[in-house]
Amino acid sequence: MKIVVFVKVTPDTAATVKVDDAGNVTWGDAPLVLNPWDEYAVEAALQTKEAHGGSVTVVSMGDEQALEAIRRALAMGCNDAILINDPALAEDDSLSTAKVLAAAVNKIGDVDMVFFGRQAIDGDTGLTPPQTARLLGWPYIGLVAAFRELDADAKTFVVERTIEEGRQVLASKLPAVVSVAKDYGEPRYPSFMGIRKAARAKVPTWTLADLGLEAPAVKVRLTELMNPPKREVECEFIEGDSPEEIAEKLADKILAEKVL
Amino acid sequence: MSKQIWAYVDHFKGDPLMPSWEAIGAARMLAEKMGGEVAAVVLGSGVDGVVQQAFHYGADKVIVADDATLADYRAEPYTETLAKAAADQAPAVILFPTTTRGRELAAMAGAALDAGVIADIIEMDVVDGKIVTTRPVYAGKLLAKAVAEGEPQIITLRVRAFPKLEPDTSRSGEVVTIEAALPEDAIATKVVEYATTQGGVSLTEAAIIVSGGRGVSNNPNLTPPPDITDDNEIEIWRGKQGFKLIGELAETLGAAVGASRAAVDAGYIPYEHQVGQTGKVVSPDLYIACGISGAIQHQAGMRNSKIIVAINTDPEAPIFKLARYGVVGDLWEIVPALNQAFKKKLGK
Repeated sequence: MKIVVFVKVTPDTAATVKVDDAGNVTWGDAPLVLNPWDEYAVEAALQTKEAHGGSVTVVSMGDEQALEAIRRALAMGCNDAILINDPALAEDDSLSTAKVLAAAVNKIGDVDMVFFGRQAIDGDTGLTPPQTARLLGWPYIGLVAAFRELDADAKTFVVERTIEEGRQVLASKLPAVVSVAKDYGEPRYPSFMGIRKAARAKVPTWTLADLGLEAPAVKVRLTELMNPPKREVECEFIEGDSPEEIAEKLADKILAEKVL
Repeated sequence: MSKQIWAYVDHFKGDPLMPSWEAIGAARMLAEKMGGEVAAVVLGSGVDGVVQQAFHYGADKVIVADDATLADYRAEPYTETLAKAAADQAPAVILFPTTTRGRELAAMAGAALDAGVIADIIEMDVVDGKIVTTRPVYAGKLLAKAVAEGEPQIITLRVRAFPKLEPDTSRSGEVVTIEAALPEDAIATKVVEYATTQGGVSLTEAAIIVSGGRGVSNNPNLTPPPDITDDNEIEIWRGKQGFKLIGELAETLGAAVGASRAAVDAGYIPYEHQVGQTGKVVSPDLYIACGISGAIQHQAGMRNSKIIVAINTDPEAPIFKLARYGVVGDLWEIVPALNQAFKKKLGK
């Protein structure tokens, strides 16, 4: 199995993200991390490799900061890595990104399966994984929660995916693109040896020229970034001599809001 | 031909998801601002009922592909059928509800049509004929305005962010039948079965959510059954008792049950209940947070709720900064009393 997992670097979930007076997005001294959703994709890619043999290549598009995410994935156990870094990619949207990622899959060659996290916690679009699949012309199964079967020789697999109504069980063919949901299971922590190895790993950089691409057109433009309006709310604390009295008062307050 | 504004109708085995009607409602609003007619798009097999409902909720026209290959949603045949119809009929706008299928299909149709896609918006306006959208990024820690160039403009709408129209059963209109784009033998993916279908109220669609955090396990008066001896198992058992309490209040209110990441990670309740940056983002009319301190990543998932009520033993808990009403107290005392009070007042 030749496996590719795409990852992105994002601010940590605990970060307080703000637009500063100059209009730039800041998150103080919060660390940049491997996008939390991508950890599940890396875990699923590694488990697939462990069960069926082969290798996992972690790929990220971004500047040097993306190496933070790449090194985490290498420390978890990915075999090798590629950074796609080109100044012409400074502005992007989900589709332009998908065009670059699809070109990378084709350049790597003979890939059996591509793994993504469900979405990145910064842009929150979740569009790039299915778009990459469509551009490759491969089957796409989103929000995979479990692998039931995979036959690397027959190039078939069966997975469960999470939908609003429960779990949909799908059989499909390799090569394919999947995104992985959190219910797949806890991602592993990198081992000490893994961290040392990842720190020393040389990560090759590919530019658009290496992919034989012009910068893809960006069709979705962000015209403004804003802090959300402050939640203008003063908390009214409900007190009383007994839980029953408090509950009675609280229930009346809630009923008066006419939200039931 | 007048400008076409399409709204995709997401359904499961002929049972439409409510946010589909919000998409038709939003399409009507656009039609008023930019002119044009509203066409609902229904793909499936045996979907006459869905087509009729699409008219009731405000469609002028319904484009329908009714075919055995579309009986279950699969990305490949749905994408190709929708993309072909859009290439043939050139809609100016295609709106989707941001459901699992809606988001995926919007993305893939955008790739097939080489069109820009804007996901999960909460507002939109028409400025010089272009749709200017507002969408949360960083799980709502920031808002971004985004515009898509070219046509069709493909947009997915956050669930509960746009109002649906009151259904009018006297409405009907033209049905435009289209063909499914792929024969079965050209579709790699097959549905094997559906496992564990979910009951209860879906979190993202819920108007009321009662949520529990790590604090639900703190009831010293409960004695775990003697056959549970492992400390971790005992804590999980305690957490589950807490969620029973949460569930009882939710049932009285017709609410969905939510949870903090801490409660999910501790094993008290399955992941599908998680609200927050790495769970579901919700915006109900009423959100009752029980034993949740309100970490920033939880706030990101629920801060747009209309009325927030917090019950917590710690008066300094950050959740109170978002709350309209707060109770500093033990949820094990307050939640059952609140359940009884609502039962009485709601006549249940």
